Amino acid sequence: MSKLLNISTLSRYDHQIISEWVEPASRVIDLGCGNGSLLKHLQISKGVTGYGVELNPEMIDQCIDNDINVIQFNLDQGLGHFDSDSFDTVILSLTLQSMRKPLTLLEEMLRVGRQGIVTFPNFAHWRNRWQIAVGGSMPESDELPYKWYDTPNIHLCTLNDFHQLCDQLGFQIESSIAVRADGKQTLGLKTMPNLFGEIALCRFSKR
Amino acid sequence: MATTTTDINQLVEPQQVRFDETLVLESNGQLDGYTLAYETYGKLNARGDNALLICHALSGDHHVAGRYDDSGKTYGWWHLLIGPEKPIDTNKFFVVCSNNIGGCHGSTGPSSINPSTDKPYGTDFPLVTVNDWVYTQAKLSDYLGITQWAAVIGGSLGGMQAMQWSISYPERLRHCIVIASAAKLNAQNIGFNDVARQAIRTDPDFHNGNYYEHNVAPARGMRVARMIGHITYLSEDMMGQKFGRNLRKKAKFDYEFTPEFEVESYLRYQGDAFINKFDANTYLLMTKALDYYDPAAETDDDLTKALAPATASFLVVSFSSDWRFSPERSREVVRALQSNKLNVSYAEVTCPHGHDSFLLDIDDYTRVVRSYLNRIAGESVLGSELGIDPKDTVTIEAKRV
Repeated sequence: MSKLLNISTLSRYDHQIISEWVEPASRVIDLGCGNGSLLKHLQISKGVTGYGVELNPEMIDQCIDNDINVIQFNLDQGLGHFDSDSFDTVILSLTLQSMRKPLTLLEEMLRVGRQGIVTFPNFAHWRNRWQIAVGGSMPESDELPYKWYDTPNIHLCTLNDFHQLCDQLGFQIESSIAVRADGKQTLGLKTMPNLFGEIALCRFSKR
Repeated sequence: MATTTTDINQLVEPQQVRFDETLVLESNGQLDGYTLAYETYGKLNARGDNALLICHALSGDHHVAGRYDDSGKTYGWWHLLIGPEKPIDTNKFFVVCSNNIGGCHGSTGPSSINPSTDKPYGTDFPLVTVNDWVYTQAKLSDYLGITQWAAVIGGSLGGMQAMQWSISYPERLRHCIVIASAAKLNAQNIGFNDVARQAIRTDPDFHNGNYYEHNVAPARGMRVARMIGHITYLSEDMMGQKFGRNLRKKAKFDYEFTPEFEVESYLRYQGDAFINKFDANTYLLMTKALDYYDPAAETDDDLTKALAPATASFLVVSFSSDWRFSPERSREVVRALQSNKLNVSYAEVTCPHGHDSFLLDIDDYTRVVRSYLNRIAGESVLGSELGIDPKDTVTIEAKRV
């Protein structure tokens, strides 16, 4: 799990959703793979092969302990490491919001892979809106525990924003789900995902 | 089966094996038989699947771990990483390291006696390449009864040998660990090597390589060669931290050419220490082998194609401050391995110690090596549960590739 966000209960739940979106025995890259737990899950549950990418040196040996291939490099330098059209799925889990050039990275994801899966904290969640509208301050939450001046999360967006960007980039949204960090299903989540979803998960491909 | 020497105190004795075949080298040179010096540490298990081959770099030899005596001065060159409970754990693995042919520590090399003249080979010793070394290491594997290495491991020039193992004998290793290395040297690197060679070859005591019969050695040339080498193995930052502009035991300049700065006396000490333990002709040969190595030369400069025969899983490690074998060179290797859809993990360790980092106990580095070796050890156990015998999978006779 990425240290960019403070989310502990989510992992099993979002791994499960992502797992449903990944073909068995397919080729997968997990960008910002943390300790490799998602890729390990996919290797065991789906028999995928591929690589995790991680920058944090504290995580590299943990990835190896988790029996995944890990490549240590900075995603802000692009995906030049990987050949075009060489993977089925490229996953960017809870990392998009910390990228310097999210646009370039999203385009790179679909250069390298057939489909992309992106998960990110939905900034339009009602608690964030409330903190700005009523408190008049930048939101802080369990998921986004940082002050505005020292946050690694420099490109926060909402579920709606992400859909618009995919449209602009000519990406087809294949699936889109918003969830609560605790994994609970609610009626509000179903009817107004951009208001009640804490974490957004989107699967997209070239149109 | 050779005897293995390692006791609980890590005292180790070098061993030798003689191969009587005529060895035709890549350079078309020929050796009528050759000796390999080697050491082993730990125990080969009953399945023979826990053996690691370590390949040494430019100035290394077979004494990679343990120690010869209690003087505190005879530790193996990679003892920080290899030993009981160390990242490369000799309680779990049977570790083998041999001195490359052309060497000067017990394997046949320019300072050995040429049987056809009864004099040291000197410059009659043919040029050797990484391919030649890998072949002779495969012969040693046959001799030791090791059909498949759990891993072949090397740093720098040793990393090139590990890489070549994966290409030449893909069925004879399961893992390949390439540290602070490259798939070929660049022009700058070859340039540095030639400065070292010129320093040696223009020393009046070189005697066209036959200095043995004059009872001298090109010591001045060797000293300069080692000094320039040493500078390139460190980083600017590290030298700055270690020496700065500090003067040696004084506060003011003497305005003399004797060593005045700390860095001068350090480099001269390193140079002098090297003269007594290394043969100049071997140094020349080793640097040439470095320059020649380029597996992609035969595949239209396409490293992906060159590595296509490989089946091993790889760990590649580079160091941020290593400008002699920079991280970019390692990334090229990683990309080619990825393009071949091979298992590869890559760690780019941030540290100030330059190329010599690979010899040091740097936490981010040794944690990765330890984890990777644990993974290999785990597979070995798994293999036994499944009843896999690596001896069933390959024929045991090294063929010239």
